Amino acid sequence: MKMKNTLLAAISLAFVAGAAQAEITVGVNVSATGPAASLGIPEKNTFALMPTTIGGEKVNYIILDDASDTTTAVKNLRKMISEDKIDVVLGSTISPNSLAMIDVVAEAGVPMISMAASSRIVEPVDDKRRWVFKTPQNDAQMSTAIVEHMINAGVKTVAFIGFADAYGEGWWQQFSAIAEARKLKVVGNERYNRADTSVTGQVLKIVSARPDAVLIAGSGTPAALPQKALKERGFSGKIYQTHGVANNDFLRVCGKDCEGTFLPAGPVLVADQLPDSNPVKKSAMTYITKYEAAHGKGSVSTFGAHAWDTGLLLQAAVPVALKKAKPGTAEFRAALRDALEGSKEVAGAHGIFNMSPTDHLGLDQRSRVMVEIKDGGWKLVK
Amino acid sequence: MDFQIAMLLGQDGITNGAIYALLALALVLVFAVTRVIFIPQGEFVAYGALTLAALQAGRIPATLWLLLAMGVLAALIDGTAALRSGATRKLPGVAGWNLAYPLLLAGLFYTLPLETLPMLAQVLLALAVVVPLGPLMYRLAFQPVAEAPVLILLIVSVAVHVAMVGMGLLFFGAEGSRTPPFSDVRFEVGPMMISGQQIWVVLASIVLIVALYQFFGRTLYGKALRATAINRNGARLMGISPALAGKLTFFLAALIGALSGVLIAPLTTIYYDTGFLIGLKGFVGAIIGGLGSYPIAAAGAVMVGLLEAFSSFWASAYKEVIVFTLIIPVLVWRSLSSHHVEEDE
Repeated sequence: MKMKNTLLAAISLAFVAGAAQAEITVGVNVSATGPAASLGIPEKNTFALMPTTIGGEKVNYIILDDASDTTTAVKNLRKMISEDKIDVVLGSTISPNSLAMIDVVAEAGVPMISMAASSRIVEPVDDKRRWVFKTPQNDAQMSTAIVEHMINAGVKTVAFIGFADAYGEGWWQQFSAIAEARKLKVVGNERYNRADTSVTGQVLKIVSARPDAVLIAGSGTPAALPQKALKERGFSGKIYQTHGVANNDFLRVCGKDCEGTFLPAGPVLVADQLPDSNPVKKSAMTYITKYEAAHGKGSVSTFGAHAWDTGLLLQAAVPVALKKAKPGTAEFRAALRDALEGSKEVAGAHGIFNMSPTDHLGLDQRSRVMVEIKDGGWKLVK
Repeated sequence: MDFQIAMLLGQDGITNGAIYALLALALVLVFAVTRVIFIPQGEFVAYGALTLAALQAGRIPATLWLLLAMGVLAALIDGTAALRSGATRKLPGVAGWNLAYPLLLAGLFYTLPLETLPMLAQVLLALAVVVPLGPLMYRLAFQPVAEAPVLILLIVSVAVHVAMVGMGLLFFGAEGSRTPPFSDVRFEVGPMMISGQQIWVVLASIVLIVALYQFFGRTLYGKALRATAINRNGARLMGISPALAGKLTFFLAALIGALSGVLIAPLTTIYYDTGFLIGLKGFVGAIIGGLGSYPIAAAGAVMVGLLEAFSSFWASAYKEVIVFTLIIPVLVWRSLSSHHVEEDE
């Protein structure tokens, strides 16, 4: 009997000790391998730079790789929820994974901040999506920027070539709708695969339609292939890329064939060229300095900055939620969700976040700039 | 579509088809001699191209460490086996190929100014690193299960493929690379612009095919491989070592793969995982040849290249669907036209 009492005392002591040093547990689902690895790796690196205490509480990051695979993403998430009792999940890198995670977080009542672009992750904010937030700009915002730039530059006809996957399809839907609304004539719609070794067929078809401009909707270095093929066939019109190419590897692979290309991007890409009055400049420069200090000059990418922004949202919301409940409880998770939804004027590396019950992205026009590739570097278009 | 576009598409298709043809030949060869359906064939394409790209950027390619590690493993296994059976005179050979060669290569890499070497030397160095991975892979992964049924060999093959893709990501990173072309020559033939690199690809493929033909027809080793392919037990009775035949086959497959990679690296961006899809298209070609006939496999692979080029013009979103659906009628036709006897397992 005495033995049993001691044991009970020991167990209860352990519980009290546990509660006294309640840690905030942050689950991270990132696609560090597989097709999205070029996005996931800088994101993973970014999490290592995040603060280890927020609002005086220790933060414990659990980082898992979902291998760009939907099933693994969900499996990782369930594991983190049941075994690690996470308070919030950040991720995943890509839209299909993030969409698959929505059901699970809604069921468990865990707030989630995605680093993927698709607007469907947070729209419309319904019973399930009230738990879900995201940091990257919607494709629609970027499409609008491109169409606007095309019209101002006197472009009348445009052809489209994109990835034969969700990325290209999503862009095609957004872009074709906006282009039609603005009376821009779309004369070609082609697809290619990330791993293709040749796009000659598609490019020949586009060139024979004689468009004023071509939009290439691909991400990372594979987006250089159509551009090189277009130049090879002597295409002299304007070429637009999407913000998916905004990393230095793209410049390395594409070389001089990419001179004069236009793309919309988050302000972090050209942070040092922004005027000092721009509210994003300071937070973007903070991120760039930190990342480059750890990984070398020129290593920073806009994808890592999306991960950084999830951390900034968290740093703004956690202190608010800590006033209401202790980490590790359902009340804390609910309070954190409310606090995230109430984010106001949070300056991230990609823009200023103003969330609301109907807008779980919260970015406005300040979150994108037009950039031109000039002399092998990114140049802000004023 | 007018004549000019058809010509351009044909030119593109033949360039790609030439590479697929090389890979199809390697697949047929490996299957005939060792009964392995060689899924990692494509990885050698990526490894060859990316090793060359690393050399040209002045970096020591990580494939060198892989070669060293696999060499140490193979030396340990073969060394202990030789010691146990008392065949000590085999030891220098084992240590020489598995340890001294990679170390010598490593020494070369550290002393040579990699970035400024002439292109040919860089290509040779890249091949010197990547090609020996083939026989070592056979020694470590396939030789211990050489007598197993085709299905088990296929499973091992898938495992090796997954391991190689994973290591590729670790070695070369997620982003791709391109290398400068072998020559900047361009020929204008009517409306067509033929780049020097395309000629290189087609010529190198033809030379390699002729060389293989000569190798199998004229040399003792080539005849030994053919004998093993026709009847494994019979060849063994004639004193042909199956292990040697396996290693030689994998050496050739790795050579063909790495050379294809070096050839197409200036034409397109190569990623750590590009090889699989290229290898798969070579596989479609090999299937058309029933995994047995070299000329039909090569012709089939060129057809895949052409089909790919034309379908990317007509219906780019369905290109892969069209190429891979080709397998179905081919399989139906083959199963109807040939009387296949199940191999005794």
